[in-house]
Amino acid sequence: MAASSCRGVRSILWKYGSCGKNFCVSRSKTVPQLPVRHICVSSALWKKNLAAAGPQKFTLEFINKQVEEFEIGKRHLANMMGEDPETFTQEDIDRSIAYLFPSGLFEKRARPVMKHPEEIFPKQTAVQWDAEGRPFHFLFYTGQQSYYSLLHDVYEKILAMERHQDNMRNKGLFTSETKQILLTGSRWLLKEEIEEYLVENISDHDYMRMIQLMEKLLSMPYCSLEEEFILKFRKQLEVQSSKHEIPALQYDPQGVTFSVADGRRKTAKASITLRDSGSGNITINGRNYLHYFPLLQDREQLMFPLHFVGMLGRFDVEGSVEGSGHSAQAGALRLAISRALLSFVSEGEVEKMRQAGLLTADPRIKERKKPGQEGARKKFTWKKR
Amino acid sequence: MAAGVLSGVRQVLRGPRLVSAVFSCHGQTLSSASAAVKSAPDTAATEKILNFPLTQPDYFHLSELFTMKDLFEARVHLGHKKGCRHSLMEPYLFGSRLDIDIIDLEQTAEHLQRALNFTAHVAYRGGIILFVSRRRQFGQLIETTARECGEYAHTRYWKGGLLTNAPVQYSPGVRLPDLIVFFSTLNNVFQQHVGIRDAAKMNIPTVGIVDSNCNPSLIAYPVPGNDDTPVAMEMYCRLFKMTINRAKDKRRQMELLKGISASV
Repeated sequence: MAASSCRGVRSILWKYGSCGKNFCVSRSKTVPQLPVRHICVSSALWKKNLAAAGPQKFTLEFINKQVEEFEIGKRHLANMMGEDPETFTQEDIDRSIAYLFPSGLFEKRARPVMKHPEEIFPKQTAVQWDAEGRPFHFLFYTGQQSYYSLLHDVYEKILAMERHQDNMRNKGLFTSETKQILLTGSRWLLKEEIEEYLVENISDHDYMRMIQLMEKLLSMPYCSLEEEFILKFRKQLEVQSSKHEIPALQYDPQGVTFSVADGRRKTAKASITLRDSGSGNITINGRNYLHYFPLLQDREQLMFPLHFVGMLGRFDVEGSVEGSGHSAQAGALRLAISRALLSFVSEGEVEKMRQAGLLTADPRIKERKKPGQEGARKKFTWKKR
Repeated sequence: MAAGVLSGVRQVLRGPRLVSAVFSCHGQTLSSASAAVKSAPDTAATEKILNFPLTQPDYFHLSELFTMKDLFEARVHLGHKKGCRHSLMEPYLFGSRLDIDIIDLEQTAEHLQRALNFTAHVAYRGGIILFVSRRRQFGQLIETTARECGEYAHTRYWKGGLLTNAPVQYSPGVRLPDLIVFFSTLNNVFQQHVGIRDAAKMNIPTVGIVDSNCNPSLIAYPVPGNDDTPVAMEMYCRLFKMTINRAKDKRRQMELLKGISASV
């Protein structure tokens, strides 16, 4: 063929398809046709436009084949390692692969991995219509079927509630003092959470409309009938004070209760042991606190949590601290003492301590120096010219 | 699939109608279903099932669904004020009384009969019907009607390229509606609904309830009538639901008979 002889030149025959020789033969028999047009095409045009293709799509059969291969491979791997194929878990797979293919690469994601295809191939939306092409959902052609179907359902419930209200009025049983839904301590789901629930993207305006519709549902007298539905869209707010981890009360051989807690501030790490039925002695790193902290400000920091709960003379404090400077060490010790105190103190007191800021770790650290500047914030001398 | 649905229907039903847009072929659906139907084995029985209803003027007996008195009692004849009148609606108006335009119910009955007949034939052949309206008063009613007859509805904000840019708006290989029924041809700012123009661009036939302030030109089967009163809208919804259900039941019946006769 003409094309095979010269690379990079593709001759596109105008009318008669393949071979040039055949072309000459048939040409003489018919009416004179248009001549062959040689169009030279460079190899750059043969390259696929990868950007236009979008993310790679995998067919269902391909994914199913991958799942089959994974299952078979898992059994082979179990046999290789001498383990039971039936009870071979993902952790065992990871362990075996790390053993068989030891990799010194730092990037964990670059190391050899054997996981279920569900975790490797990105999830694609299932086809939304049946074999005839008819979509499954009746609001498919709106583009946002889950969102609009939700609005439709909520409005349906509002209408049903109005009908119920009318029925009650007709029977003379209508009262405005009906059971109200408890809404304190919960909030509406955020836009991101709604998007996750609907598996669809919605705009801010759409989200606002949805919340307005739910509020309308809540404003009706008989809204308690749909309580379960409404609470699906509300998230309980966690009580902040319940998040604190209270250290366990431990007992000495002598029967003295004590608790141990840690604290950190800048790079200072402190560990405190609070012993009950003491007399207010504070020992840090084996030395008396008066010797260790000559500055009054640091000693005040140590005393603040005990003074706040009013148990200054009750405890014996034994602490060890290392790193950073005196002020940071004092701060670390204060946090450790407050945490240790949690096990001796009531729930209400815990909340008070939290509000006083005793239980919050100070997040401030030394800001890094940036290039082109003297320090973190200080700039070099500015010269006008 | 869509080509098979509508090509036969249009040849018979077009008749002496003077229609503004000529639909040569409805070939814009981008699914493989259309190709599949053409290659499907066309036995004599299937052909008979599909073609026989097209030879009858009122195969589904839709004339018994409504009378002119029903239309009058549903206040379908009430149009808007004389100042709102669209000049192209004048042939459909009976006159005006106390400044309110009265729609000619004889013409309405005729148009409605034709529209329902077309809808029934489309539903019989398994076409996708989309109900569209931008009136918030009746959105819920129309969506419920669509769900009950197994068809589709769009009573929300109409995004730009839903019909004209379908593979991007939905997914590649989506099948577009074969018929769009407008329960109100205007949108919320009293302009013509974008769907009418888009359907005409994509060669999708439309049925529309046109009030005295609407433009009936791009609609294939206009039905002059009131689109503001709840009674009228409920009547239209009921009528369309009954026609579609009737047509689908008839199709199921014919398929069953075919199955029985084939096994015999």
